[in-house]
Amino acid sequence: MVKLTIDDREVEVPEHTTILEAAASAGIVIPTLCYLKDLNEIGACRVCVVEVEGIDQLVASCNNYVLDGMVVRTNSPKVRAARKTNVEFILSQHDSECTSCVRSGNCSLQTLANDLGISSLPYEKHLSHDAWDQSFPLIRNNDKCIKCLRCIQVCEKVQSTGVWDITNRASHACVNVKSGLDISATDCALCGQCITHCPTGALRERDDTDRVFDALADPDKICVVQIAPAVRAAWGEPFGLTHEQATVKRLVSALRPMGFDYIFDTDFSADLTIMEEASEFLERVGAASKDDSIRFPMFTSCCPGWVRFIKSHHPELLDQVSTSKSPQQMFGAILKSYYAELLGVDPHRIFSVSIMPCLAKKSECALPNMNDACGDPDVDVVLTVREVDRMIRAEHVDVASLEESEFDMPLGVGTGAGVIFGATGGVMEAALRSAYHFITGDEPDPDAFSDVRGLDGWKEATFDLAGTTLHVAVASGLGNAERLIQALESGEVSYDFVEIMACPGGCAGGGGQPIHDGQELAGERGDVLWGLDKVSDLRLSYQNPSIVACYDEYLEKPLSAKAERLLHTDQHAWLMPDEEGK
Amino acid sequence: MARLHVMERSDAQVVMDGLHEALGKRMAVSSLAPCPVEFTAAYVEMCKTQSCGKCTPCRVGLGVLHDLLEDVLENRADEETLTLIERTAETIYLSADCAIGYEAGQMALTAIRGFRDDFEHHVQKHACGFTQSQLVPCVSGCPAGVDIPGYISLVEEGRYTDAVRLIRKDNPLPVVCGLVCEHPCEMHCRRGMVDDPMNIRGLKRFACEHMETDYRPGVAEPTGKRVAVVGGGPAGLSAAYYLTLMGHKATIFESRHHLGGMLRYGIPAYRLPREELDGEIGWLLGCGIEASVDSPVDAEGLERLMADYDSVYFAIGAHTDRKLGLEGEDSEGVISAVQMLRSIGDGVNPDFTGQRVSVIGGGNVAMDVARSALRCGAEKVTIIYRRRIADMTAQDAEIAGAQAEGCEVLELHAPLSIQTDDAGHVTGVITQPQIIGGPQRGRPAPRAAEADQYVVPCERVLVAIGQAIDSKPFEDMGIPCKRGAIVVDEDSAVPGFTGLFAGGDCQTGPATVIRAINAGKVAAANIDHHLGFDHKITLDVDLPPVQFKGKTLCARCEMTEREAAERVRDFDNVENGLTSEEAHQEASRCLRCDHFGFGAFRGGRIEQW
Repeated sequence: MVKLTIDDREVEVPEHTTILEAAASAGIVIPTLCYLKDLNEIGACRVCVVEVEGIDQLVASCNNYVLDGMVVRTNSPKVRAARKTNVEFILSQHDSECTSCVRSGNCSLQTLANDLGISSLPYEKHLSHDAWDQSFPLIRNNDKCIKCLRCIQVCEKVQSTGVWDITNRASHACVNVKSGLDISATDCALCGQCITHCPTGALRERDDTDRVFDALADPDKICVVQIAPAVRAAWGEPFGLTHEQATVKRLVSALRPMGFDYIFDTDFSADLTIMEEASEFLERVGAASKDDSIRFPMFTSCCPGWVRFIKSHHPELLDQVSTSKSPQQMFGAILKSYYAELLGVDPHRIFSVSIMPCLAKKSECALPNMNDACGDPDVDVVLTVREVDRMIRAEHVDVASLEESEFDMPLGVGTGAGVIFGATGGVMEAALRSAYHFITGDEPDPDAFSDVRGLDGWKEATFDLAGTTLHVAVASGLGNAERLIQALESGEVSYDFVEIMACPGGCAGGGGQPIHDGQELAGERGDVLWGLDKVSDLRLSYQNPSIVACYDEYLEKPLSAKAERLLHTDQHAWLMPDEEGK
Repeated sequence: MARLHVMERSDAQVVMDGLHEALGKRMAVSSLAPCPVEFTAAYVEMCKTQSCGKCTPCRVGLGVLHDLLEDVLENRADEETLTLIERTAETIYLSADCAIGYEAGQMALTAIRGFRDDFEHHVQKHACGFTQSQLVPCVSGCPAGVDIPGYISLVEEGRYTDAVRLIRKDNPLPVVCGLVCEHPCEMHCRRGMVDDPMNIRGLKRFACEHMETDYRPGVAEPTGKRVAVVGGGPAGLSAAYYLTLMGHKATIFESRHHLGGMLRYGIPAYRLPREELDGEIGWLLGCGIEASVDSPVDAEGLERLMADYDSVYFAIGAHTDRKLGLEGEDSEGVISAVQMLRSIGDGVNPDFTGQRVSVIGGGNVAMDVARSALRCGAEKVTIIYRRRIADMTAQDAEIAGAQAEGCEVLELHAPLSIQTDDAGHVTGVITQPQIIGGPQRGRPAPRAAEADQYVVPCERVLVAIGQAIDSKPFEDMGIPCKRGAIVVDEDSAVPGFTGLFAGGDCQTGPATVIRAINAGKVAAANIDHHLGFDHKITLDVDLPPVQFKGKTLCARCEMTEREAAERVRDFDNVENGLTSEEAHQEASRCLRCDHFGFGAFRGGRIEQW
């Protein structure tokens, strides 16, 4: 242990503790801006500087360690002046039009500048006005970038992708797409982790809310919205709602007055995904004995960020990715076919919106082959949770006082197995529950496959499915996925079935979720989903009555010709920028 | 009013001089870092401040040139801007009245033409395309990428064995390098911006001399693969060491009686004591390297090795001497430097007692043979060089060492012929005095001065004008060569010969120890890959946490030398290592660029390769 004094307080902490953490342990807050625990402790912004007795210069508290007898002042006049000036430096290159910024009110720079009492700037403003492709689902505005370098770190270290880099030097140093490429020419998975780790509004999703408002105002359009599983664990956060208050039924009530004609649950199509994907897996297992071109593991396909990643980085494995569409796209396809028939309407009149914790889904719905139901895109617009929260705010709805209301039928029914799609391990567990039934005809204990839960980035489990031993693995975060693939390719590990979600912790930690700077909430939100599953009456996808009806009335059975046409896709049908030639 | 007054330095001038000195130091250590366009713009702006303002091209031209360069940096430029930049710089060069202007114009022109690709990258991509080599400056400057801040922190902690372990992750010859490395790392040391660069080589030597215990590195499971290494110099030894750690069976074939290559047959013992060299080679062999000395490999032998072994690393060095091409060169008493150092390397010192010796050449080897000649009893040693002392390629310390020991340097004298007596014995070197002129291939070129020929009377002539590679027999068997040097691919593989890799002096031409070591390291990694493996050489030492100490000024501790009059009588080490007090003070000066600055962001170390 090391004893030191911080702001006249005796503090005792273990060796190799940073000054920042030592202060925090004593309840002393040192402001930070670029700092992200374990990921970006680089002392770049110089906001966390403190005074250490005996050293003339100030010391960055985020990447310097405590020493015995150290005397630290976190807010001396020298510190205060330097900290304020450094923030003024940053502001001199920051577009401070907070009134028209999506991060206003949730911006670390804004908070810090206000905290430090900066009311005018002594320096002239210099903005770079870098161009950006505004049609891409991910928008970078370098006029708001403070060069904290977090996006570079998270993309490279957590997601093994490395889209971002420092692309110039000296006073022109800026963060941009590596090698000066156009963003659409990169292997960006659109996981959105750079957005949720950005302290300002430099990174955001393409805002599609106006397209939805326009559709809602169009009397000829039938506006239908689906709500993804993980949305229910997070949508209420910016409104200060507790998880108990922010139920999905309350979200239904918030959306209804906006003018949505039908509000459905993506849990339904998550159950549908399980029917198809589990059947596909069992079919592959069965066929493998006759066809040695079928290789294992089979990878899940519900995460479009992962699909973008594997197409860019390991196209040689693409045939091992399930052909099942993501729940979003299955929903869209069913909506504009089966449901249009049920309603007796022209499917072209349906405007299909989905609310997703995700950016990659914005690109997925726009893929040229995601139009299997009627020729129009099966999903017209994807909104992130942040966008839908902005729409709710634009409606000036007091969400806390709303009564809960029910989803519409029949596509508003989902099981607990559908809910857990939003957390790492959930797809695997849901699939195994149904696969067990498909093999044995028996009803499984829904908790029999819970070994794949938890926040570890790479989990393994072995299950016995009616005498067949099944080796499965679950990874979340593309860096973990990459490590898993490396191990697979080197022969260190071998699996039958692998679930990958691009975002750490799965969709609960999705790049389209509300942002809380410095906090990783995937675990907490995931727990909400597991809790909802636990209390569900229905926890097995094949028992979902709407699913049963959908097959009976329309699809016949999993992997039928109709199901193949509507619910499966050719993963080779489109290319990532660098996919060809690999 | 005084009619004349004595010039005094004003206070402002003192500050100005200080800033100029600081700027010089700053520039000296930062050549790996900047963006070429940023640097050119800053350079032009600096030149601009020196303009008196009288003449148009300098007063106006440098200003607009800087604006245009800013346009490139601010992404406002296109191809036409680049053309205009070039025309602007050229006009300043062609038409400025004094050096302030035309030198600035020419430098800008050099930069724009030399950095053309970088300028275009900026214009087209709005990004800098210059490779980011500035992670940790000293490590970037070290050809072998040794973890310098890491081992300095271990020296500071008094963990010398761990320091050596850490060095050996990237360089298996720390003892040798502690004594003779040319330390390009120090040239880039950021501490140089504050006061003086770190004495990195001194700290390495100190760590090696103060190891608490010996140790053995971990060796991977035997792979059953056998690799033949042709040549037992630093490249061959390094390759063999890492291949051994990777589990392969490496066998060195050395043509001479001892291992070491140029370490033994090129570097005299007073710089690299034999017991140190033997100790280090012995340690390497103790790791499981097999070596067969007195085993020259000719073309046929190489073919046999390629057939018998899974892979072959070819590192024969550059051991043949270059001829002067002068009359009398074959006379008795003329010896090549290679010949002399080789003989000393095998323990046979020539006897020059009472003789006058002329050394022809101005490189490190010339200094080595000159100083060795003194130790072999020479009465007088004269180093004859056709350029100026300042133009010599030998390191300053080597020249100073030779002079201190009593070697005369006869600069600006070009040898014309070797004078002999009737019996064919050398009696002197006839030279033509030279006058220095303008540059030729980067160095000022001398030409014959209007002066009479000159005779340096002597009984011995030592020719040290460079070494060549004995590659002819291998070229004849089809191995690609360019001007005598083996040509290899990026991965050190010899094109057209599967499994054959080459590196070291025989590929680069005569170079430094540390470059040869790196060649061996690179070859080991690529041979491992070629054999179908992916062994990693990893960091196996815990490093102490970094402490920020703030700026404190403290000059560099230099290594001292034994008194010239004493050391010239023996072949013992000339240089004294740092004392413990000096080493710890020196280690504490390290700015830890692995943790602060860009190292903090991109990671200060390569944990495995």
